[in-house]
Formats: sequence, C-alpha cells, structure tokens
Amino acid sequence: MKFLKFFLIVIILFSISSVNAEQNDKRNKITKNLRCLICQGQSVYDSDSEFANSLKIVVDNKLQEGLSEDQIYEYFKIKYGEWILYDPGLNKNTYILWLLPILIFLIGGAIIYKSFIVKK
Amino acid sequence: MKNKTLPFSVIIIFGIFFFIFYKGLEDSKIYTPDVTTKKEIPVFNTKEFFSGENVKSSRIFELDKVYLLNIWSSWCLPCRQEHPLLMSLNLENKLNIIGMNYKDNLKNAENFLKELGNPYKEIFIDLDGTIAIEWGAYGVPESFLIYNNEIIKKYIGPLNQELVDEINLLIK
Repeated sequence: MKFLKFFLIVIILFSISSVNAEQNDKRNKITKNLRCLICQGQSVYDSDSEFANSLKIVVDNKLQEGLSEDQIYEYFKIKYGEWILYDPGLNKNTYILWLLPILIFLIGGAIIYKSFIVKK
Repeated sequence: MKNKTLPFSVIIIFGIFFFIFYKGLEDSKIYTPDVTTKKEIPVFNTKEFFSGENVKSSRIFELDKVYLLNIWSSWCLPCRQEHPLLMSLNLENKLNIIGMNYKDNLKNAENFLKELGNPYKEIFIDLDGTIAIEWGAYGVPESFLIYNNEIIKKYIGPLNQELVDEINLLIK
C-alpha cells in the first residue's frame, strides 16, 4: 500500500510539466526553447555568446515579419537540425521519451484498477 | 492478487528504465553537426565590404560556378591561421572565394587584409551575425563549398592543409 501511495505521488509529480511562469514575452519563450549550439548546456536565452546574440536578433526579426512560434522553430530546425530544439518532436529517436509517460500512466492505472476496484 | 501484480509491474518498470539507460550509454554525447547536406543557399541583402553599396546574394553567387564562402573576422585568431591557406586556394582559377566579414570593425578588417593579403573575389558584411544564421553557421571561421547555388560541403572551424586538398579534389 505504501508503495502505491509513493507511486501515485511520483506519477503526479511527473505529470506536472515544467512550470513555465512569466513567459509572457514571446521572444524569451522561443529563445528559451532554442539550444545554444556552441555553448554547453545553455539555451539561447541564457547565453551571451556571439552565436546566441545573433540568434536573438533573428528571432526578433522573424516575429516582426509575422511568423508564428511554430514557424520560427521550423525555420531553425531546417537551418540547424532537430538538435537546436529543446522540445523535440516525435520521431524514431524520441519515441521512448514521448511514450514512456503514457506507458507509466497505463501501468499505474492498471495497478490501481486491480488493487482497488477489482477487490471491491 | 496484489502480491502477484506488484512484483511483476516493478520488474517491468525497472526493465524499461534499464533499457532506456542502457540505450543511452551507446549514444555519443558529442554533438556533431551535419556537414554534407545539400541545401539551397539562402537569399539575403547585404552591403559590399569596400564600397558599402547594397548587394543582393543572387548577384554574388552565379550558377555553374564553384564558390567557397568563408566567414571571417579580424578579431578571430583561427581566421589568421587559415588565411595563408585561403591565399593558396585563391591561386586555383576554378574557385571563387567569397568573404563574409562577421561582426567586425571595418577598420580592423581592412588592416587585417592589408597585413595578410586579400584572397577574396568579393567580400560582404554581416554586422549583426544574422546572415550567418541564415546560412546555418555556428561562428567564425567557417567555410561553405557552393556549386549551382547549393551547399556541397560545410567546414566548421579553420581550414587545414588536409581540407584544402579535399577541396581541390572536390572541385576538379
């Protein structure tokens, strides 16, 4: 029983996706989701490298041109490949990443169903 | 009932985690950019280095000619290293070397060329680095081999003799 409670807490914690507070500024939101390719483990938003600074200007320009957020991501994906996105799409390299939460959810659901509902 | 399902699901879950981490072990942690993609060159407007006149990219890159676009800057030390190689490549008649002056002070850039020579057929300016982003570049130095308005190969970082030999082979 203790294990079940623990398991439920873990599922709840995982299902609350990253808390994105104060992301009113569209540009900040986009640059936070772009990887600075020449820095280690930094987003374009965090970095002050030449590459990142230029990228910020490009994002500004694209927003002014009226491109949507997804269109801007697509633009950078074409230029630099999928790696530049921190939020990758579903493909053969990322299917585990996308399917695992669903799988865990189903297994958890099955356990709950078996131990609570069937018992009654 | 409970006794049976619990160990079973625990084993499955640990199995899944083991599989993921084991798979992760095999992956390379070093990111290697794709350098052999056949991509169309971007279309952009810029300024000519010496005259300061506006130029269109379509005027710089013509069809049926081989170009080497070199991104350089006077503040970039590796650019200084590869510059003699560019000078030697310039002796090849087939190859048109185009320079992209990246985020530079024009006075310093001119002094750089005076000191080391000018291998470029044409130079244009990228003051804020946005044109380099259009090209999918990472920084300076970087070189693109272009034929028929398509990027044949991309060289990230300074050129060396080996790469120069490779370029000579490719354009033959």
